[in-house]
Amino acid sequence: MSDLQRPRAIRSATDTPPSRLLEHDRHVTVSGRPIPLLATPADVADLDYDRDLGDPGRYPFTRGVHADLYRGKLWTMRQFAGFGTAEDTNRRYRFLLERGQTGLSVAFDLPTLMGRDADDPWSAGEVGHCGVSIGSLDDMQTLFAGIPLADVSTSMTINSPAAIIWAMYIAAAEAQGADVAKLRGTLQNDILKEFIAQKEFIFPPEPSLKLVTDTIAFGARHLPQFNTVSISGYHIREAGSTAVQELAFTLADGFAYVDAALAAGLAIDDFAPRLSFFFNSHLDLFEEVAKFRAARRIWARHMRERYHAKNPRSWLLRFHTQTAGCSLTAQQPHLNIVRTAYEALAGVLGGTQSLHTNSMDEALALPSEEAVEIALRTQQILALEIGVADTVDPLAGSYYVESMTSRLEAEAEAYFARIAELGGVVAALQEGFFQREIADAAHWYQMALERKQRIVVGVNEFVNAGERQAIPLLRIDPEVARSQVRKLADLRSRRDNLAVQSALAAVAQAARDGDNLMPPFIAAVKVHATLGEIVGTLKTIYGEYIEPIVI
Amino acid sequence: MERADTERTIRVLVAKAGLDGHDRGAKVVARALRDAGMEVIYTGIRQTPAMIAEAAVQEDVDAVGLSLLSGAHMHIFPEVLRLLREKGGDDILLTGGGCIGDEDMAALAALGVGRLFGPGASTREIVAYIRAEVASRRAPT
Repeated sequence: MSDLQRPRAIRSATDTPPSRLLEHDRHVTVSGRPIPLLATPADVADLDYDRDLGDPGRYPFTRGVHADLYRGKLWTMRQFAGFGTAEDTNRRYRFLLERGQTGLSVAFDLPTLMGRDADDPWSAGEVGHCGVSIGSLDDMQTLFAGIPLADVSTSMTINSPAAIIWAMYIAAAEAQGADVAKLRGTLQNDILKEFIAQKEFIFPPEPSLKLVTDTIAFGARHLPQFNTVSISGYHIREAGSTAVQELAFTLADGFAYVDAALAAGLAIDDFAPRLSFFFNSHLDLFEEVAKFRAARRIWARHMRERYHAKNPRSWLLRFHTQTAGCSLTAQQPHLNIVRTAYEALAGVLGGTQSLHTNSMDEALALPSEEAVEIALRTQQILALEIGVADTVDPLAGSYYVESMTSRLEAEAEAYFARIAELGGVVAALQEGFFQREIADAAHWYQMALERKQRIVVGVNEFVNAGERQAIPLLRIDPEVARSQVRKLADLRSRRDNLAVQSALAAVAQAARDGDNLMPPFIAAVKVHATLGEIVGTLKTIYGEYIEPIVI
Repeated sequence: MERADTERTIRVLVAKAGLDGHDRGAKVVARALRDAGMEVIYTGIRQTPAMIAEAAVQEDVDAVGLSLLSGAHMHIFPEVLRLLREKGGDDILLTGGGCIGDEDMAALAALGVGRLFGPGASTREIVAYIRAEVASRRAPT
C-alpha cells in the first residue's frame, strides 16, 4: 500500500490543533481528520472479531447493545420540545404524541435551567424563550396535564437544578396516582459537561457532583427504571469539539460519575445500568458511526475490566442521539432537512436507542409546528422506508469504518491518560483544559470554512445572492413572562408560607449535613416552594461557581 | 492629535449577556478580531447589561460585540444601548450576533444598534465591518 493510501499519523491528544497540519487538505472530516483515499485489509489487520467486535448484544458490544436491535424495538422517536408556558408546551406534546412520537423530551427555558424564578431580575427577556418555564409543582402538573406519567417515558434536559426538577416530576406523578417506582425516563443531570461546554452551572463542581450522586443513589433505591444521568457529548460537540473530543470527554465524565458514586459508597452494579448517554450526530457519516461504535466498546471494556462490574447491563452504553444543531444554516433553511436526514441516518447506523431530529428552522428560532412535523416524519421514513433498520450494524467489517472505530478508541484513551495526568476531570476543567481544546477546534473549523477547506452549501458555496429569510419563525409572546410572574405572585399568596420556610430550612440543614437531598426537595416542592427559592437556599451553603476565562 | 486617534488600535469588548452560556461564537469572534490586530477584551459569560456598559466605558472601547443565542436579544440589546448612552458611551459602536431573525435585526437597527451577524457570517465580514464603522465614527466631522 502506498503512503497516499495509508491514513496519516494519528495526532496525539496533546498536539497542536489540526489547523497547521491540514490547512490545504480538503479531504478531511468535519473534525479535521484526514480521510484516506482507500481503506484496505491492512487497516484492520489487528482486528479480532470476538475480542473487538462480538455479535450484537455480546461483549464488547461494538455492534450494538441488543441482538435484534430495531427488529426487537424501534428506536424511540423523541423530539425535544418546550417553549412559553406549561400550557403552550403541553399542547405541543399532545400534537407530537398524536403524530406518532413515542417519548417526551422537555426543553426548559434558561431561567429554569439556571434555577431562577420568572420574577428574578436575571430572568428578564428569557422567560419561555429557549424552552418552557417551570418554577413550581403547579407548572409541572400543568405541563403533563392529560398525559399519564405512568405510561410515557420522559426525558428532561436539566442539569444544575436537575434534582429539584426531578422532585417536582415525582410529586406530579404521585398526584396523578402513578406508582413512582415504575416511572420511566431520563434526567440529563450531567453537570460536568456544563462546566466543560454548555456553561449552565450554578454551584461549584464538588457540591454539584454531590447533587448528582444523590440522584443516582435515590434512583437506585426508589425509581429503578429511571435513567438518572444522561452523560452528554452533544453540547461538547455543539461548542465546537471534534468527534474524538466529544467521545473522550463524554466518557471521561461518565467515569467521573462512576468514581463519585463509588466514593459515596454505592456498589457499581446497583447504579451503572441506569447511566445512559447522549451523543451528537454530525455531518460526517462514517466518522459518526465509528464514534458510536467506539463509545460502546470503550464503555464496556472499562466497566468490566477497570470497574469490575459483574452485571452485563452495567457494561452497556445505551444512548440518545440528536442531530447536530451547529451544522444547520440560516441560509436556504430547507436544505437543513437534508442535512438532518443524513445525520439521523448516522445515528441509526450507529445503533442509537432514541433520536431527536432537528427542525429546519433551528438556526433561527425554536421550531414551528410544520418544521417539527417534517423532522419527525424524517425519522419515520428512516425507520420504515429505506431498509436500514432491518439489519444490525450493517457497516461492520468495512475496512474504513472498523479502522476508524479502532483509531477513535485509541485517541480517546490518549485523552483519558492526559486527563488523569491533570488530576481528573474536575481538576482539568478548573484549569480550562477542555475549554481550550474545544475553543481550538472551534477556531479551526471556522477558519476551515473561511478558506473553503470545508464547504457548507448555501453559506460559503452555492450562495443564493440576495437571499431573504423565507420561513415563518416561532415567536414567544411577551405575555408569557407576565403570566408566569402573575402565577408566581398568586402562588406565594395562597400557599402556606410557614410550611415553605420550614421546608427550605430542612433543605439547608440536609445540605450542611451532607445528607441525600432528594427527600427534602420532594417535601419542599410539595408545599409549593419554588425552584428559585430552593436553589437560592442551596447557594447560601454551596456558593456559586465562576469559571476561568479561556479564549 | 486627530491622526493619532484615527490610527489608534481598535479596542473591542466582546460580551456574553444574560443567562446564556453558549460561548462558542463569542470566542471564535474574539480570537478572529485579535488575529486581525484589534485589542480584545472578553467579559466571559453571564454579564448584566449594566456590567457590559460599565466595562465598555471604563475600557474606552470603540465597539461592543454582544453575542446572544438565547432569544433574549430584544431585551438585552436595547438595554445595553440605553446604558451606554447614559454612561457617556454614545460614540461606542454596539454590534453583535447570534440567533436573531431578520425582522428583529431591522427593529434593533432602527434603535441605533449596529449591524448584527447571524449564523454563517464569516469573521472576515465582521472584522471589515468593525474597521469601517470605527473609522467613520473616528473621522472628524
